Amino acid sequence: MDVILFLIFAAIAVVCGFNVVVQSHPISSAISLIGVMGSLAVLYLLLGAEFLAAAQVIVYAGAIMVLFVFVIMLLNAGTEIRQGRSLLAQVLGIPLLFTFLGLMAYFAKNMFPGVPDAHFGGFTHGTALDVGRALFTQYLLPFEVVSVLILIAILGAVVLAQKEME
Amino acid sequence: MTSPGVPLSWYLILSAVLFTLGIAGYLLRRNIITVFMSIELMLNAVNLSFITFSYQLKQVNGHIFSFFVMVVAAAEAAVGLAIILTVFKNRSTLNIDDVSSMKN
Repeated sequence: MDVILFLIFAAIAVVCGFNVVVQSHPISSAISLIGVMGSLAVLYLLLGAEFLAAAQVIVYAGAIMVLFVFVIMLLNAGTEIRQGRSLLAQVLGIPLLFTFLGLMAYFAKNMFPGVPDAHFGGFTHGTALDVGRALFTQYLLPFEVVSVLILIAILGAVVLAQKEME
Repeated sequence: MTSPGVPLSWYLILSAVLFTLGIAGYLLRRNIITVFMSIELMLNAVNLSFITFSYQLKQVNGHIFSFFVMVVAAAEAAVGLAIILTVFKNRSTLNIDDVSSMKN
């Protein structure tokens, strides 16, 4: 059951991720990205990260992607104009990407020799209780710092968006 | 009799595939919004790695780190999209090849 769920949602994630890259219209890329994020949320759930699966759906697929779609609508972004690619990028870039992927996959394959496979329910400390407890005790300072970062980001976004109104 | 589990390396390989797709989108695409979405794809791939390691080590620390990545991504999206709006207002283009005033 775990393997079937993993394969289904990994396939959806890879297909949607590929779609993000190849679609020429930004709105199609955005919809595909929502598909990637939704299927990753299911994989988080399989790994026992309940709180993060919920946060992934609410924060990423909800808030961030709504921002993206809103900006695409606001700017009326059309189909991307394909310009001539440099030959060097095709000759070097694509094989380098595949080399990178192969190396990453090789290291990932050999990273955990002989560890047991992942089962649903094998790790039950990813609930909101455990994450909250770690966040407000051990990681209190980073949490407070990140709240200041969010405040600065809000102010920066307001200032940047106001500038165009003049 | 337990059902067969998923090897942890599969999760890491999926993360590597998604990260590579993010790099490809970042380098190949010319629309500034799609480039930005490719960055989000890479962040998601890294989050999957963090949660896989967290499962393997049976610790919640990876979840906390992943949570902070999400928070920073939200802040980055807000500021980045505001910058994109300003760039579009000033230059009326979304093509990153046309926004190259820092090049020369």
